[in-house]
Amino acid sequence: MDQSLRERPVARLRGAGSVGLPEEHSPGSPLSVHDLTVAYHRKPVIWDIDLEIPEGKLVGIVGPNGAGKSTLMKACLELVPRSSGEVRIFGEPYRAQRKLVGYVPQRESVDWDFPVSVLDVVAMGTYGRLGWLRPVNRRCKGLAMEALEKVGLADFAHRQISQLSGGQQQRVFLARALAQDARVYFMDEPFAAVDAATERAIVGILHDLKRRGRTCLVVHHDLATVEEYFDWLVMLNMRVVASGPTAEVFTAENLRKTYGGKLTLLSEAATAVSKEAGGAE
Amino acid sequence: MRKGAGILCVFLFLATAAAEASADSWRDDFASVVLLRDYNTRLVLVSTTLLGIAGGLAGSFLLLRKRSLMGDALSHATLPGIVLAFMFAVHFTGTGRSFAVLITGAAVTGLLGCVVVLLIRSLTRVKDDAAMGIVLSVFYGAGVVLLSIVQHMPEAGTAGLESFLYGKTASMVRADFYLVSGAAVISLIASLALFKEFRLLCFDEGYARSMGWPTHALDVLMLLLVTLVTVVGLQAVGVVLIIAFLIIPAASARMWTSRFGWMLALAAGFGGASGWLGAGLSALAPGLPAGAVIVLTAAALFVLSLLAGPDRGVIARTVRARALKRRVERQHLLRGIYEVLEESGPAPHLAGDSVPLIPWAVLERKRSWSPRELRGVVRRAYRRGLVETMDRDGVRLTDAGARAAARVTRNHRLWEIYLVEYADIAPTHVDRDADAVEHILGAGLIRRLEASLPVAARPAADGVPASPHPIR
Repeated sequence: MDQSLRERPVARLRGAGSVGLPEEHSPGSPLSVHDLTVAYHRKPVIWDIDLEIPEGKLVGIVGPNGAGKSTLMKACLELVPRSSGEVRIFGEPYRAQRKLVGYVPQRESVDWDFPVSVLDVVAMGTYGRLGWLRPVNRRCKGLAMEALEKVGLADFAHRQISQLSGGQQQRVFLARALAQDARVYFMDEPFAAVDAATERAIVGILHDLKRRGRTCLVVHHDLATVEEYFDWLVMLNMRVVASGPTAEVFTAENLRKTYGGKLTLLSEAATAVSKEAGGAE
Repeated sequence: MRKGAGILCVFLFLATAAAEASADSWRDDFASVVLLRDYNTRLVLVSTTLLGIAGGLAGSFLLLRKRSLMGDALSHATLPGIVLAFMFAVHFTGTGRSFAVLITGAAVTGLLGCVVVLLIRSLTRVKDDAAMGIVLSVFYGAGVVLLSIVQHMPEAGTAGLESFLYGKTASMVRADFYLVSGAAVISLIASLALFKEFRLLCFDEGYARSMGWPTHALDVLMLLLVTLVTVVGLQAVGVVLIIAFLIIPAASARMWTSRFGWMLALAAGFGGASGWLGAGLSALAPGLPAGAVIVLTAAALFVLSLLAGPDRGVIARTVRARALKRRVERQHLLRGIYEVLEESGPAPHLAGDSVPLIPWAVLERKRSWSPRELRGVVRRAYRRGLVETMDRDGVRLTDAGARAAARVTRNHRLWEIYLVEYADIAPTHVDRDADAVEHILGAGLIRRLEASLPVAARPAADGVPASPHPIR
């Protein structure tokens, strides 16, 4: 399974050849971002992002609140409009590569009182494969059940989702992405406010995905565990402060640049820009 | 879900058959009461029933997509469309009586209202609810103004136009019945075919979009479904009340189930039932406006659901809360008795004739119970066989009560010790904190508690560790 996916050359060939991409996009990279800027109501949230993520890494994305970590992720997945820039997934635009991408949104982004069971939610990961109008079948439920077993929630399959704890809800979202069987995973704060058991379960799953050659991008908050969990690190504060192997970029200097002092200037500039634009209208 | 759909199909079939059957074939009393003998009344009843089914289905999506107010804006925005369509029809054909023309106009301005809401939302910083409030009132106001203009126009025949405001079932004819049936069939097909897509969209739009589902197109489809039900229901229920036909059955259904499919089926059932009963009641008592009676019937079903819903209903919740309160009181009594007997030394004898009766006054002080409250608590413990006597002098535990008291006290103390050691809570405060949660600890949690506490591994003689704080 793993091998067959790795050997599938479609994306690379197309990416390198006909389209005539700018050289900055390496076709083999699971995520390649060039000059990406996103603004909400004219206020830039991320500026001129350039990223090149190597395949098969566990990638942590860290930065202070409001640094644009979630926005970066959503912009890559075309969930928020980009002001400028390009994103390539294995050398192709996202819309051509959706089947290769698994998304784990923030837990707070949905209403957990919604009338569905745990299994129903996890089975949503297989809808893409099912296509239009076809009802959820046994095979989907089987795949969903396998994913639930991986996150240790098989016993909860038929519970209503509001009966789960926060950590269990997070694992349900993870299971849903696992049921997609993607090659690159975007996880938005999976470790936020979870219990120790869930944290261990998620780390176990990350390592399992890495072993199978998958790439995981994880928005993360806890600097204490960065070195332990991630082998690649993106430090973000509106722009990319550093991106590289954790051992190289996780330095006091970069932390200061990401979290402290000087960058407030940048955010002030952004506010000024938004005022200027608003006034000009 | 499949079962729900089956029931619906049968229901639809019966309803259609009932309308088509001749009056002679329905001679039993039930039919004469519920369906009435009059052909026209039956037509109205079946139409409103079908409308209720369609409304329940479309409304469920609207409710779960959290777009209830959008439905309201849509329905109010249909009014100017109706009047404008009437004016056009009078101008070009000489008569404004064509229902099809009127509801086409209704659909156009209804959807236009939704578009304006979306435009306001995406182009300005005005929030969703404000945008819908503005659109709702402005379009409705425009409709009312147009209506008064039309009524002063020289061409006659505007009579009946104002029935779109509050609904009037009596004017329904056979063509309306076909229209409503068509709408019901379409909503049923759409609900079944797009079941999985709508569920995904309603639950997690962002995820749906990340997977490449055209969420905007699905939203438009959903809105079209709502528009369809709204415009065909306008004549029966009216502009002002149609939203109730969409939302109330869905909200009622949610009280009974936590499954998407069942919710759809139940909402259709509730909607159909309120359409049937409401129109029936208004037919029995001439002069009662059908739309309002239908809505009140739906509201009655909603109140019933609110009270009697198995999981979320008021009654079920009250019963659960009461059971928990009783359990907490019982555990307090048992632990109180244990602590009193413990004053004679660790691992006390808890039951048997040699154990002294514990005076009521001592127990009252333990929990600041009033004498009356304590009597009630003890009486319930007695009925459960935990307390041996209800003597005037005091209380004594049975063997079962003694075991329960030791267990309850042990859990409480384990939890206290855990809080002191792991949560850094001062021993003087720990009693209260432990009190708040210990009653809902399950057996699994207690086992984990035992595993994590060294004191549980080497217990006192009766397994109950000493309290980490002095006992008052």
